[in-house]
Amino acid sequence: MINSIRKNIKGIAIEGITLISAIIIIVIVIVMLLVIFIGGKDHLTWEFLTSFPTEGMTKGGIFPALYGTALLVIIMSIAAVPFGTITAIYLTEYAKENSIIAKTIRFAVRTLAVIPSIIYGLFGLGFFIKFVGAHIDGAFFGGELRWGQPNLLWASLTMSLLTLPVVIVSVEEALKTVPQDLRAASLALGATKWQTIRKVVLPGSISGIMTGTILAVSRGAGEVAPILFTGAAYYLATLPGLSDQFMVLGYHIYVLTTQSANVDQTLPIQFGTTCVLLLLTFTLNMSAVILRYRIRKKKNR
Amino acid sequence: MTKKNKVKSSKAQGSDSQPSDLIDITRKRFRVGDFLAEKIIKGVALLSITIIVLIFFFVFREAFPIFNTSKEVKKSPTELAKQDTQETYGAVTDVDSKGTGQETYGAVADTLVKKDKTPAKGTYTVNAGSGTDDNKSALNTMLTKDWVPVSDKPRYGILSLIIGTFKITLISMLFAAPLAILAALYTAEFANKKMKEIIKPTIELLAGFPSVVIGFFALMVLATFLQNIFHYSTRLNSFVGGIAMGIAAIPIIFTITEDALTAVPRSFNEASLALGASKWQTAFFVILPAATPGIFAAILLGIGRVFGETMIALMATGNAALMDLNPFESVRTLAATIGAEMAEVVFGDTHYNVLFLIGSLLFVFTFILNAIAEFYVKGKLMKRIQGK
Repeated sequence: MINSIRKNIKGIAIEGITLISAIIIIVIVIVMLLVIFIGGKDHLTWEFLTSFPTEGMTKGGIFPALYGTALLVIIMSIAAVPFGTITAIYLTEYAKENSIIAKTIRFAVRTLAVIPSIIYGLFGLGFFIKFVGAHIDGAFFGGELRWGQPNLLWASLTMSLLTLPVVIVSVEEALKTVPQDLRAASLALGATKWQTIRKVVLPGSISGIMTGTILAVSRGAGEVAPILFTGAAYYLATLPGLSDQFMVLGYHIYVLTTQSANVDQTLPIQFGTTCVLLLLTFTLNMSAVILRYRIRKKKNR
Repeated sequence: MTKKNKVKSSKAQGSDSQPSDLIDITRKRFRVGDFLAEKIIKGVALLSITIIVLIFFFVFREAFPIFNTSKEVKKSPTELAKQDTQETYGAVTDVDSKGTGQETYGAVADTLVKKDKTPAKGTYTVNAGSGTDDNKSALNTMLTKDWVPVSDKPRYGILSLIIGTFKITLISMLFAAPLAILAALYTAEFANKKMKEIIKPTIELLAGFPSVVIGFFALMVLATFLQNIFHYSTRLNSFVGGIAMGIAAIPIIFTITEDALTAVPRSFNEASLALGASKWQTAFFVILPAATPGIFAAILLGIGRVFGETMIALMATGNAALMDLNPFESVRTLAATIGAEMAEVVFGDTHYNVLFLIGSLLFVFTFILNAIAEFYVKGKLMKRIQGK
């Protein structure tokens, strides 16, 4: 009797510890959200979002950083989403589950997902800028330095490599939710494999492709390490083109907090910028979570 | 036509067609569109393997000249031609303000002064000819503890950086691993549906936090908060950085642990309960041990995440290359060193090569961690669950 009561108390205590761990994590997330939203909410104005930084970046808005971030994620998506989708199609539709090639591709994708983002930065510098860019300059511009330096295009492509696994995993999950019956029905009607994929499988997994894109955009908008030396700039007075360096939200936060002479003066702007970035990724992630939740529900039905 | 296509077409056309048609169908005509589509899709799918190989190749390629102590540093004519223009790239630091006088390179992040935008000075310029001597001395200083890359006598001792990285990884794992594993155990074994629907999206949101935001939080809020509790002198140190990186690693450890826990067959659970064990005994003595390989994988990938984390390290660790085991001292990690210095070096310089060498180290380390997590652990987990 006493033994069983003691056992119960011990059980409750141990279950309590696991519950407390879960609660600590939730509290950390809530505290981080609250601190940043409260610190930055005064800056969530139209003016802050649409004006240029002024007075040595101690006042004014973050428009160029927003613009740069938008361009970055758009070019990145154009590169990453088609390639990611096609890879996912190969893995689910063509490759046999246990073939060496499929296994190797899966391993490569998972490796891509865990490579530190700074390595992508180094790769972008070594491959895109110093190899591809330098050769383009050598071949078309007579050695004049044009593409062989950090710019928006190389930064976006570097970022697209980083977000490729995000797209692949999401699309693969969505493709698996398309019922085998549909594929069989399409093939039975005389459609070829490629026609089946194009007309039946892909339309059925469009929400998965969207989830992947949203997650990739959210990741790309927040990462700073890969673009530290492939294109991000401290301050620019004009809006960038493809071959220019550019300002970006995450890098803006980094330079304001650590590289600026008057950290205290820019404190409100730092909070404002962080709040905008967090709000952006938060909204994107939330919509991806909801979309994915719907896909999973469809799968379980 | 391949055999595969024959089988496919007969399946596609169904079995109830006339025998005479069947012969016709199996001799299906060659479809260029389908053939091309399959080849292109396969080609694109192989891209991810290609990328890994390319990353290996190009990161090592830029690091390689450091080992080239006998011959001159090789440079393509185009690179030589545009050397003088490259030198002014990026925020080049004023050489005198750093390095020369100071023993510990780099300053605490929040006291860092805005960098001078003046172009590099004469001493900073390295031409291809003198590269050989630099490389020799760089290799010799590699295993010392002084990281003073910008001075008259540059020393590239990466030992303090490695120690710093391991120190911060240890701190973050001590913080994040128990928290994430216990929370995952709660979610998988004890939580009701409602709690699960709170915990899982929260973790997903945390996974979506950009690391620069976590770094900002650590720098502005967490550092002051922890200093008020523990009363140490250096505000930004490996303890703050470790906790912040732990926060970033929690989602990875949690997700993989939870997957491993839910992968344990329900029959384990039922057998244990049927033998009279209570719910918590089942969770701790049956489910948790059965999922150990998965949890091991989770911790390995968490370590990989922390090891390569750059922005949090740059913002919250103080960035001073000290060789010290005290958790309340500033550190400089490998990744942060690359992040902080790469934009300031001359392309092709010894310092540049050393930074790429550090990058290669990071890459190889995370690659091995991932490979262990992938093959060894998964094989073991499957064996254990299938009861072999």
